Amino acid sequence: MVAKSHSLFEWQIIGPAIVDSFKKLNPLSLLKNPVIFVTEVGAAVITLGLFSRSENEPFGFVLQISFWLWFTVLFANFAEAMAEGRGKAQAKALRKTRTQTIANRLKADGSVERVQAEQLRKNDLVFVSAGEIISADGEIIEGVATVDESAITGESAPVIREAGGDRSAVTGGTRVLSDRIKVRVTANPGESFLDRMICLVEGAARQKTPNEIALTILLSALTIIFLVVIITLKSFGFYSGVTFTVTVLVALLICLIPTTIGGLLNAIGIAGIDRMVQKNVLAMSGRAVEAAGDVDVLLLDKTGTITLGDRQATDFLPAAGVSVEELANAAQLASLADETPEGRSIVILAKKYGLRGRSISEMARTRFVAFSAQTRMSGVDFDGRQIRKGAPDAIRAFAGDNVPSELQGAVSSIALSGGTPLLVADGTKVLGAIHLKDIVKGGLKDRFERFRAMGIKTVMITGDNRLTAAAIAKEAGVDDYMAEAKPEDKLTLIRKEQAAGHLVAMTGDGTNDAPALAQADVGVAMNTGTQAAKEAGNMIDLDSNPTKLIEVVEIGKQMLITRGALTTFSIANDVAKYFAIIPAMLVSVFPVIAPLNIMGLRSPLSAILSAVIFNALIIVALIPLALRGVRFRPLGAAALLRRNLMIYGLGGLIAPFPGIKLADLIVNALHLV
Amino acid sequence: MNLYGWIQLALYILVLLLLTKPVGLYLIRVLDAGGRTFLDPALRPVERLLYRLLGLDPKKEQDWKQYTLSLLAFSFAGLLFTYAILRLQHVLPLNPQGFGPVSPDLAFNTAASFATNTNWQNYAGEITLSYFSQMVGLVFHNFVSAAVGIAVAAALVRGIARPSAKTVGNFWVDLVRLNLYLLLPLSTVFALFLVSQGVVQNFKPYEKATLVEPSNLQAPKNDSAAQTIAQGPTASQAAIKMLGTNGGGFFNANASHPYENPTPLSNFIQMLLIFLIPSGLTYYLGRKVKNQRHGWAVWSAMAILFLAAVLVCWRAESYGNPRLHALGVDPADGNMEGKEVRFGVFNSALFAAITTDASCGAVNSMHDSFTPLGGMIPLFNIQLGEVVFGGVGSGLYGMLVFVVLAIFLTGLMVGRTPAYLGKKIESYDVKVSVLAVIILIFSILGFSAWASVSQWGLAGLNNAGPHGLSEILYAYSSSTGNNGSAFAGLNGNTFWSNITLGLAMLFGRFLMIVPIMALAGNLARKKLPPPSEASFPVSGPMFIIILIGTVLIVGALTFLPALALGPIVEHFLMTGSGILY
Repeated sequence: MVAKSHSLFEWQIIGPAIVDSFKKLNPLSLLKNPVIFVTEVGAAVITLGLFSRSENEPFGFVLQISFWLWFTVLFANFAEAMAEGRGKAQAKALRKTRTQTIANRLKADGSVERVQAEQLRKNDLVFVSAGEIISADGEIIEGVATVDESAITGESAPVIREAGGDRSAVTGGTRVLSDRIKVRVTANPGESFLDRMICLVEGAARQKTPNEIALTILLSALTIIFLVVIITLKSFGFYSGVTFTVTVLVALLICLIPTTIGGLLNAIGIAGIDRMVQKNVLAMSGRAVEAAGDVDVLLLDKTGTITLGDRQATDFLPAAGVSVEELANAAQLASLADETPEGRSIVILAKKYGLRGRSISEMARTRFVAFSAQTRMSGVDFDGRQIRKGAPDAIRAFAGDNVPSELQGAVSSIALSGGTPLLVADGTKVLGAIHLKDIVKGGLKDRFERFRAMGIKTVMITGDNRLTAAAIAKEAGVDDYMAEAKPEDKLTLIRKEQAAGHLVAMTGDGTNDAPALAQADVGVAMNTGTQAAKEAGNMIDLDSNPTKLIEVVEIGKQMLITRGALTTFSIANDVAKYFAIIPAMLVSVFPVIAPLNIMGLRSPLSAILSAVIFNALIIVALIPLALRGVRFRPLGAAALLRRNLMIYGLGGLIAPFPGIKLADLIVNALHLV
Repeated sequence: MNLYGWIQLALYILVLLLLTKPVGLYLIRVLDAGGRTFLDPALRPVERLLYRLLGLDPKKEQDWKQYTLSLLAFSFAGLLFTYAILRLQHVLPLNPQGFGPVSPDLAFNTAASFATNTNWQNYAGEITLSYFSQMVGLVFHNFVSAAVGIAVAAALVRGIARPSAKTVGNFWVDLVRLNLYLLLPLSTVFALFLVSQGVVQNFKPYEKATLVEPSNLQAPKNDSAAQTIAQGPTASQAAIKMLGTNGGGFFNANASHPYENPTPLSNFIQMLLIFLIPSGLTYYLGRKVKNQRHGWAVWSAMAILFLAAVLVCWRAESYGNPRLHALGVDPADGNMEGKEVRFGVFNSALFAAITTDASCGAVNSMHDSFTPLGGMIPLFNIQLGEVVFGGVGSGLYGMLVFVVLAIFLTGLMVGRTPAYLGKKIESYDVKVSVLAVIILIFSILGFSAWASVSQWGLAGLNNAGPHGLSEILYAYSSSTGNNGSAFAGLNGNTFWSNITLGLAMLFGRFLMIVPIMALAGNLARKKLPPPSEASFPVSGPMFIIILIGTVLIVGALTFLPALALGPIVEHFLMTGSGILY
């Protein structure tokens, strides 16, 4: 993995973040965050009021309130800067791969010139040979090569890239290991895939997501409401003969407006994208991460996502009068030189029947027959024997239509169960059948089960026939499947689900997946896929692991839950702050109200100061939660709600009482007021 | 707090619960343009005739903007109509007492009051208004303003229930059908019932009765030897004032007057009428959104808030005033100041909670004379937005705004964009929902703050100190909330009070309806995915707690500072010092 997760508090990140917290004090940049903007204005008002304060307010008290209000703003800025800093640290790691390279550019006259990578423009043609670094994102138009993409994906095994088809895209910064390819550049400098990635993780290109906008509206509305509450309170106080000072009113205002969630909102959003990067998934926008949380239909390709992609031999079914060992022996001989995964799996299965591994070299007078599309068989000739394994009709033709009837039955039952049957023949004698099976990845069934509990429907997409598809769907535990699917069917299916109000996520890598990737609410393109697929999707998985779609959904949900939990917590906090501040404001004129001071705070001044201190420190205390995210649990909505409401709703109601009391004890112990 | 009270409370809730479903089912038929009712044979021809007169195609629905414009135009025309009648009552018929024209500011205040379903009364009916003004100018609004409220609630419910729809119903059809099939028949039946209990219904001039023993308790007293007994068509107004949660009494003393509310049974039925339609609307909601459990969850949240209000108020009133106990008043009597002996502490507290939970405003006791905490309950009920059953229609649409906000606030915690019954709550929905809440807060706190520091505001006060502040807060809460009850220590019939209270009523009604209609229109056009495990649960204890929590937190956080300076301080002064207001 390139983008390593950083431990939460590293000095390399904290240092610059502290500097940034001060830079972010610029009111113009704070305007985007109305709650914190109002806090800053309040802090400024009190600071200016230091010199025109009323007589019964000690200088030290006003000074401390103003300090803590500035701290509130700084803490909010710090949370955002921390989130950005973590992103930047990851961007730095990514940027290292973008070392200066020299490209061999093909000129119009056919000659080749050497240029700096940044001089390359879209549609330029370049040659890259073994050992060289590909200098820009592009598409192979000639040749085939093995490419080391570990710089991007962290995966050390090289991958094959070739012109045409779905594996033609190459990424700038990766190294060609063998052969020579001709690449058409598809991105200008600064617009490449890597550049966009870096921008995103740094948070520079971040825009507010729809839900963040809605939440900001609500938080602004609460801020306006509390402004009205405070302004009118001044009149009511005047009527009642109580003079509320500006310091006290501003302190009450800042305690009431939702500074906690207001201060952490941006950090939560940035951290969401950041968590995707840690999973080696690049989200093109925060909106995509948010949509991932809302997804309720997952379209999963069978091959590679649900099954391992290769079929494996799981069973030998001998014909009557043939022992299983005999069949296993023949099957192994026929597969010795077969380097396909299926062939290897037959050799391995045969070992279970007491056959030791044989090496090709020890066998004399041997001729291996490789698989070909015409014969659809492979095998071996030795000692005059002709051993073959292959598709049932091919073997039937080879053995002279000499297949026992019980084997016919085995063949069709294997096909019915979703497997692939192979027959093994020694000359004209058919020895038995091999059951090749699609292997469903481990743990998927549980995972799909949990998804079901969360209300997410899984749909398997496969080109297999209906029978095979049904069998695998059942084994994997998906809710639904689409058999004999053509790429355009995916698009139709997505549209249908969306029309019913669902949000759909899918993965894809081929050019013919592009329309569906674009249509899906969350389209995760594989990094190994074509440029078209990558541009159509709104996320890219650097590891090209389609199963990761599931984690993408979880991260999206986690971000939304974190945002909701801190909002609830923030608003629930207000109750306790009222109990701290309101009695303190009134007790001088109406001493009878003292029983309302249920926390037993020492004095009016220390009560107000303690509430303000708690209000500021709670932001710092919650930064780790905002950055890490609330732990995700795959539960149904009702259970999740109950759990989170107990923790963050009830917790938010209760926590400030001891918190403010503690602050009050410290304030008094240190004689701060 | 005695056993009789508990039995009555249980009986009241039980009867209300039993009536909720039948009323809800009937509402579904009334609010469907093609719905059939048992009154069809008699009323269908009238309905058709009305449509023909209005040139209306009842099958054609309106989008939210057309619906809202129709509603505003109609209400404004009604306001002008009543203003004209009040100004011209001296030349209009049915004026046996020969009352002169109502002053312009009072006429504005009264017209606004009735057009907004508030029925705040800065006039005293029996010494200001002719029978014609009462019956035509005011009772007309008792019907149509109630219908307007129900229509808005119906439009909002349609918006929630319909998948990808452009329209939310037809205002004129809703208006006609609600009056014809629901309000007129029911109020006729109940008017007759009230007459059977002894409520007067006549056009006679006032009677003079000779007193057995001359009274000289109050000054100035013009008729110490004889008493003027007001008469009039009371029963017809009393039925609809409860059923339509209007609350404007025929007499100044409202439902504490023996001619308006003579017996325990009439008292019980009148209280029931206040909650009848609001309660039935929750069933209507559940049925329309195909989630009856949701309807009952909303009902339960309302019922819990209602019970809490009754219990606190009842407790405070039966505890009474320790300062009066010290002067020798029997503590067992509770606080009987301002209460009818016929109704006693429990029925006064129950009535006060009901009339302010709903936006009714009819009273059978004087809220101003309640103990500080007992009186804070009606005030706080109104400030919560009268969403506890609430006004006809307005209670439900107010509560649904809180439902939207509650789901938005907590819905993220299930890991999805918050959605209400499948409909995503997006920035536009949040914007219009908070707008509806902000308008109430602005109007209540803004006008109160202005009045509490201005000459004209202080001039109307009969009480100083915290109690005076409570009176001001109550006046603007009641008018903004379209309740209409009062802390009557405040004289609202002055020029500035008439104008500001009138404006508060108009803001509280129409500036709230517009964003709510926008919400209805915006929700209507959204897709409606089928419910799943991932859907936000809109029924069950968790949802009820969240909804109650949101209502209380928004209400408490907003109004607590002001309340602290009013009833809360007054309470501590009453218990903790010798000061009595």
